Amino acid sequence: MTDTETKSIGYYLRTHIREYGMVVALVAILAFFQVLTDGIMLKPVNLTNLFLQNSYIIIMAVGMLLVIVGGNIDLSVGSVVGFIGALAAVMIVNWDLPTVLVVPVCLIAGAIIGAAQGYWVAYWRIPSFIVTLAGMLVFKGLTLALLGGASVGPFPDSFQAMSSGFIPDFFGGLIEGRFNVFSMTLGVVLAALLPILGLRSRAKQEKFAAVEEPMAVFVIKHAVAGIAILFVTYLLSTYRGLPNILVIMAVLIAIFTFITNSTTLGRRIYALGGNEKAAKLSGINTKRLTFFTFANMGMLAALAGLVFAARLNTATPKAGLAFELDVIAAVFIGGASMSGGVGKVIGAVVGALIMGVMNNGMSIIGVGIDWQQVIKGLVLLAAVILDVYNKNKA
Amino acid sequence: MDTILEMKNITKTFPGVKALDDVSLKVERGEIHALCGENGAGKSTLMKVLSGVYPHGTYEGDILYDGGVQEFKDIRDSEERGIIIIHQELALVPLLSIAENIFLGNEISENGVINWPATFARTGELLSKVGLKENPATLVTNIGVGKQQLVEIAKALSKKVKLLILDEPTASLQENDSQKLLDLLLEFKAQGITSILISHKLNEINRVADRITVIRDGKAISTLDARGGNITEDHIVKDMVGRDMAHRYPERTPSIGSGKLMEVRNWSATHPLHPERKVVDNVSIDVAAGEVVGIAGLMGAGRTELAMSIFGQSYGTDISGEILINGTPVDVSTVEKAIASGLAYVTEDRKEMGLILEESITTNITLANLPGVSENGVLNDGAERSVAEEYREKINIRTPNVAQKVMNLSGGNQQKVVLSKWLFAAPEVLILDEPTRGIDVGAKYEIYTIINQLAADGKGVIMISSEMPELLGMCDRIYVMNEGEIKGQLAAKDASQEAIMRMILKG
Repeated sequence: MTDTETKSIGYYLRTHIREYGMVVALVAILAFFQVLTDGIMLKPVNLTNLFLQNSYIIIMAVGMLLVIVGGNIDLSVGSVVGFIGALAAVMIVNWDLPTVLVVPVCLIAGAIIGAAQGYWVAYWRIPSFIVTLAGMLVFKGLTLALLGGASVGPFPDSFQAMSSGFIPDFFGGLIEGRFNVFSMTLGVVLAALLPILGLRSRAKQEKFAAVEEPMAVFVIKHAVAGIAILFVTYLLSTYRGLPNILVIMAVLIAIFTFITNSTTLGRRIYALGGNEKAAKLSGINTKRLTFFTFANMGMLAALAGLVFAARLNTATPKAGLAFELDVIAAVFIGGASMSGGVGKVIGAVVGALIMGVMNNGMSIIGVGIDWQQVIKGLVLLAAVILDVYNKNKA
Repeated sequence: MDTILEMKNITKTFPGVKALDDVSLKVERGEIHALCGENGAGKSTLMKVLSGVYPHGTYEGDILYDGGVQEFKDIRDSEERGIIIIHQELALVPLLSIAENIFLGNEISENGVINWPATFARTGELLSKVGLKENPATLVTNIGVGKQQLVEIAKALSKKVKLLILDEPTASLQENDSQKLLDLLLEFKAQGITSILISHKLNEINRVADRITVIRDGKAISTLDARGGNITEDHIVKDMVGRDMAHRYPERTPSIGSGKLMEVRNWSATHPLHPERKVVDNVSIDVAAGEVVGIAGLMGAGRTELAMSIFGQSYGTDISGEILINGTPVDVSTVEKAIASGLAYVTEDRKEMGLILEESITTNITLANLPGVSENGVLNDGAERSVAEEYREKINIRTPNVAQKVMNLSGGNQQKVVLSKWLFAAPEVLILDEPTRGIDVGAKYEIYTIINQLAADGKGVIMISSEMPELLGMCDRIYVMNEGEIKGQLAAKDASQEAIMRMILKG
């Protein structure tokens, strides 16, 4: 490796310290609890639980990232989770409607809720904090009204499968004992596919200009990601295989990573949050974009609501309580900026996982819910302070 | 008469720019001393040095005031010694009352509890001194700009002022309000208060000033005694603008197309908050292919408002008028449509309105033309970077890497990024608003070269600038704008700074 190459790697890492720092922090926290819990943390059953427990937070964090990058905030998502869960319960349990009809209806209802709030924010310039605070109260109340103050359930299996089902093993029985070969195969394919796609995009870039990311960083990044994917799918395969919800999450993360990194839509949302006036004067329809981020958030909150109701197998008036705080915390721990324009989908996901791992780990070692809250609060503060510190130093 | 203030050999440098160069200023006790100069000449900087906005140690030179060398650390420090500055932009809190504003930070109180009766009584006294008949409890937002100016002065009086500095106090005032304010200054003079008056309006200066110091390019050019009444406006103008213009502008042989590339007809716009104020009033201008047209005027003349209202109605309400490109009327009601019609607008405030500072050079350059680097809404990273590299080379953006965030670039390079953004959008007509504001001489030359190249490529360029030499050096034709109206136009060969100034001032 030549001297200038080393220098450029150093430069690249310095300018991207935030992205890699978060992943390192997640791994460190995982390792910390792995030791403290005598290895329970990474037991297949616990790992499966970890994903199931945090799926709805991750799903919403992805949408919240767009809202926050666009320079707004959505406080209503927790209440929307409860409301959509209640709506689904009423339609399925009380009215006996089929799951295949209820799921799309609920998703559309979520999108409409988001759009209704986004309309006031985008076209009337009412601060999102106020609009969604109002939404939070409204939908909390509507949840209670819809459920008549009581829990409604249980759901049929077809609905529950969304959150508690697993990918069936199409190659079942190839290996004796409980090992899900199909899930493992999916993991292997994904682990192989990522570097291939990465190399192809590098090759495409090279046709135009030198690639910014140094090759060494590229190799290490994909090696770590590949090993992590193989490791996690192996562990999950020895239990019951990949949970359905993990696949749904993976697809969402892939879609939104693509939107934010590679589409004009994503670029414009970053521009809107980075400098609204400049974006406007560059011919960008900032109102429509803001509207879109809220409608999208509403739909993802609805999905999270369905997943959560399916997981509890009942819709309760308390569902979704204070979820918005976890979601927003995840996005900020993941490196998004309060003032908008900065943040990555992967960061928000890692932020949600850090919160989830801490919840899970602290519960296993018997830290009370009281101190869990304190520690989580301090971690959020520390992550943002670190951000500001890095920024001032740079 | 004794000297109340002497500023000796003040030099103040900002990164890359020498804002004040060895300036000395002597103010006698009890006089009204006027400071004159073009926008950016250094008047406001000098007053900021005096009032401690730029604290002692950040400039070279000495301030002798009231018999001793002063080393002000901040505004409070200078205020305690009786130096009060009233800035161009008023520093009042709109939703507090007149009384609350006057005593803000200086409340009449005991142990932190405000004595309201005393506050209102004292406010009443102060208001009668400045001749303002308003209830002290009236909210500042509910009185006009002229009265707000008087509140600022009352606030200054509440602090036992010895030296009152007014930075363009009449810039946003109507004629009769201005007259009242000037009368007030004369009254203060009779009471022994010294004033420094920064103003563009030469007739006002001639009316009240005892002496006039002219500042140009950060240097004190002359101090004139106006008491005899023998100083003409021409004399002041000549001192304000007379500078060496050779070789500051690149050579260019204009090849101007016949016919009008863009024509603006009867364009009007009103202030978004004050519907009774017409900020752009029935303006008609045009530009031909290959032509560089200037718009001259003072701050607040309505030039930026004109440009922004044309560009997708980004400013103002009640916009009326017609835009024609190559003789065909076009729809410019949104920025998107304006860009599609072939317009580009480079803002005067590149940090606030032109750039996304947190983003890379690449991202900023492609922002106004994302379809040009994408297919079906999917961005092509490689194409984006090659575009950025192309402009880095073509217009010489000095950076190690186009992935660099624009916040890390110098002003000149930032401006080149903004220009690149609009060049990549491939417009027919570019409106450049103060394209060289706040950048150093070398970078200015490069920007001028780019502008000339644009004209040579057959684009129409409209250039708004407060630096008259720049307009004279660059433009084929200059419109003069004042108070929202076009006051006239001058061909390059007839234009001079004196002629422009006269056109502005006569209006």
